[in-house]
Amino acid sequence: MTASTYTTSHPPKWADISLKLQRLVKPILVYTLLFILCAIIFLPLGWMLTISLKADHMPVFTIPPQWLPTTQWHWENFIKVLASSTTSFGRYTENTVLIVAWNIVGTLFSCSLVGYAFARLRFRGKKLLFNILILTMLIPIQALMIPLFLMFYKIGWYGTYLPLIVPSFFGNAYFIFLIRQYMMTFPRDLDDAAKIDGCNWFQAYWYIFLPLSIPVLTVVTVFVFLWSWNDLLNPLIYLDANSKFTVAVGLANIATRLNPAWNQLMAANLIFMLPALIIYFFAQDKLIGGIASVGIKG
Amino acid sequence: MNISSIGTKKSQPQPRRINKFEERAAYLFLLPWLIGLVVFILGPALATGAISLTNWNMITQPAWVGLANYSKMLGDANFWQSIRVTLYYLVLSVPALSIGGLLVSLLLNQRLPGMNFIRTVLYLPAVLSGVAVAVLWLSLLNPDAGVINSALRALGIANPPNWLNDSQWAVPAVVMISLWGVGGNAIIYLAGLQNIPPELYDAASIDGANDINKFFALTLPLLSPTMFFVLITNLVGAFQVFDIAFILGGSRGGRGGNLLFYLLYIWNEGFRSGRMGYASALSLVLIVFSAIVIIVVVNTSDRWVYYEIEDKK
Repeated sequence: MTASTYTTSHPPKWADISLKLQRLVKPILVYTLLFILCAIIFLPLGWMLTISLKADHMPVFTIPPQWLPTTQWHWENFIKVLASSTTSFGRYTENTVLIVAWNIVGTLFSCSLVGYAFARLRFRGKKLLFNILILTMLIPIQALMIPLFLMFYKIGWYGTYLPLIVPSFFGNAYFIFLIRQYMMTFPRDLDDAAKIDGCNWFQAYWYIFLPLSIPVLTVVTVFVFLWSWNDLLNPLIYLDANSKFTVAVGLANIATRLNPAWNQLMAANLIFMLPALIIYFFAQDKLIGGIASVGIKG
Repeated sequence: MNISSIGTKKSQPQPRRINKFEERAAYLFLLPWLIGLVVFILGPALATGAISLTNWNMITQPAWVGLANYSKMLGDANFWQSIRVTLYYLVLSVPALSIGGLLVSLLLNQRLPGMNFIRTVLYLPAVLSGVAVAVLWLSLLNPDAGVINSALRALGIANPPNWLNDSQWAVPAVVMISLWGVGGNAIIYLAGLQNIPPELYDAASIDGANDINKFFALTLPLLSPTMFFVLITNLVGAFQVFDIAFILGGSRGGRGGNLLFYLLYIWNEGFRSGRMGYASALSLVLIVFSAIVIIVVVNTSDRWVYYEIEDKK
């Protein structure tokens, strides 16, 4: 008691004050900066929503800009975009969902098999093959679009969804890597136990490692969804008719017109973003964890 | 202990021999990827080389033209323009994204309430597609009344740039858009930061290190493997810009080729003009050039990337 009154009655040292000040100022500074960053992300999205809800002939660009919708609530813009006869986003959505679903099936099938082999089995040439896998992640794979197109064209797949779906059944380096990293973490005893119980390699994969890997397979599913939902280049190359287009291609078509109807363009853009936003909202923890684990181990 | 070790000599603790059945099973598991590797990567890569020596144009029978496609590049103004645009983007975006991501991750690494929410917000643009983001920014960058220029005018800049229509500002505009998604890098850095054992910082504090000492002597070296990963991903990304350029500048690469990114030029030559031979030559140049850049970066990395535990070879 006396000791503490003694110390507080002492004139405070400058070092103490600056330390206290630092403890107070630092969080304020951090929060301020982060608040600005969050605003930079949210404001454009709010602005987009505002535009998408405006009536057809309202000025879109106002000064000062309107960040959130206040007066105009024309939700029918969204209906118009989804049901329009020339640019039917309803149709585009159906097409995209079909492609995305097949890509998820194909990727989960192929990448879990390959990931399992790299993680749990011993074979000659493993190191070399794994290095090749990593290498294929580094080369700009899009640069192969010309020969791939010619190949698919020759076998008559141009204008079908097959070039957008079939490759997913033959593995993807990123997802193989992600699944392999996850399957590596299980103890060796699991393989031995499976063997003792009389499992063959496929049974060990199917009954033991696949169920255990559901967390990473979820992350892969979300990523595949985002990638193929968002893909522009491949549908642009292989699809030849408006009725087959994906949402990304349909959106690109109206966005690159000379004078787009901004309210409908932004409504279409929001429709395009919505599935990604919803999935992100539900899966963000797993998704962020998945990305982070690649970065650390890579 | 292990059933398979019964009957084997205990004096030699050799790793278990590769089991023939296991190996056969392994290659069956690998089969989808091996087929994919040959059919969708190696085959096309070789085919690119072969097609680049022809005048394949989808109409007439292709004929060998030797290195004509390559010598054509030297005098092709669009080729040089696309190189200029791509390199300009690479030189601006890679440092901006790498350093920007690091700074944001340092902010996110503070132990303060609400960080998870902020982290979720900052990562959000990274899950949106290039198309969606580009469509959004198309309106933000509108030179007359877009938000960006309104803000600049409010700050007293009388003649803000014309952005996408200005050969000086088109590429920086794309860099700005990429920076909107810098949260993607920040999350990777953040994971790296959280992997650094806190005891090290405590030890440094006892030794009298301040925050700045700790950042340069501890954080940066321990984070260097993550920085290396981010650098490589951003480099590969810079070679593959397509969606944003396509939306912002149209399929021809913007006014005066402002946004004629290399991949977009390949696409134009191949699918708009049908010059498959020339487009293949362009593709091969991209593959070789990016391979050289990445090999150089990987080989110089041991000078600045610090691995705490050396990988056992």
